[in-house]
Amino acid sequence: MKKLAGAFFLLLVFTACKFKANESKLPILGQRQAVTKTVNGKQVVDTVYQTIPDFKFVNQYGDTITQKSLKGNIYVADFFFTTCPSICPIMHRNMLKVYNDFKNVPDFKIISHTIDPKHDSVAVLKKYADKLGISGNNWWLLQGKKEDTYTLGQKHYLVAVMQDNGAPGGYVHQGWFVLVDKQRRIRGYYDGTKEEEVAKMMDDIKTLRGEVNTEIAQ
Amino acid sequence: MKLKVIGGIVVLLSVLIAACQSDADQEFKRYYTGGAAIYKQKCQNCHGNNGEGLTSLIPPLTDTTFLKKNKNYLACIVRNGINERVLTINSKAYEGPMPANTDLAPIQIAKVLTFVTNSFGNKQGVITVDVVEKDLEGCQ
Repeated sequence: MKKLAGAFFLLLVFTACKFKANESKLPILGQRQAVTKTVNGKQVVDTVYQTIPDFKFVNQYGDTITQKSLKGNIYVADFFFTTCPSICPIMHRNMLKVYNDFKNVPDFKIISHTIDPKHDSVAVLKKYADKLGISGNNWWLLQGKKEDTYTLGQKHYLVAVMQDNGAPGGYVHQGWFVLVDKQRRIRGYYDGTKEEEVAKMMDDIKTLRGEVNTEIAQ
Repeated sequence: MKLKVIGGIVVLLSVLIAACQSDADQEFKRYYTGGAAIYKQKCQNCHGNNGEGLTSLIPPLTDTTFLKKNKNYLACIVRNGINERVLTINSKAYEGPMPANTDLAPIQIAKVLTFVTNSFGNKQGVITVDVVEKDLEGCQ
């Protein structure tokens, strides 16, 4: 009987934790700045969050993609290359789950930037997409100037991407999935090579979609 | 009391079974468990936890007929990888390259092949280091 009571107590503790976790809201990540503005003649201090700047790339269909194409969407970004022998297959195996789960969600997209645009032409990306089994416009594979992609990765998504002929496949990169909200702010980093982190990301996407956009839009 | 007797019998039985295992069984287990570790390190990223591959990009390791038919070619694939060769697996064509694993010794290739050809629905038995060494000589 005592044991039973103990078990019941433990169960209670766990449920308590769970309830708490459900209430959480996603943090806003990246650098931030306090700015003093004058509103109606009064000095107001406001926080300016880091946002993903404008960019211009081409997707697997040959269409030009800019931040405008992503307007009104929550999105997940990652970096890969089609001939990557190390972590990309596992990242995209996990991303495929995300794609299939959110295929019919109107305000969600996935963008994968190739870090090897020399090899990964539009035609190569289209073939990769076909073989991966993705179609439509929910998951774009983006190609563009190498410097643009690298700057975007290093300075704005804050993930490591670089060329290194000593690394497997010739590039160093990390398997991060970066979650970005409709105001272009970074809301989460997830290790795309780990199933449990990707599962958490899927939960967080739902949380983010439920968030009311009352916060300061910039 | 009853529990203790049953427990005792179970322990005794398992000791007996373990002792009765033939050398061949033990050899298989050595190869298989060693191979599982190598698989995890070298193959799993692409071919998956369950040998499922990745859509049409990376072939699965579940085509028992392919693995049987190409039994003597498998060591070459593991060591040298694949370039420009299209493999038909589960009646689907796979054309991407596979990286070479020149750092694997024949014994390691034998172990990982024993693991693969006895997992994911395959059951070929042990692939010994002698067989692998012979197969590697025939690589093109």
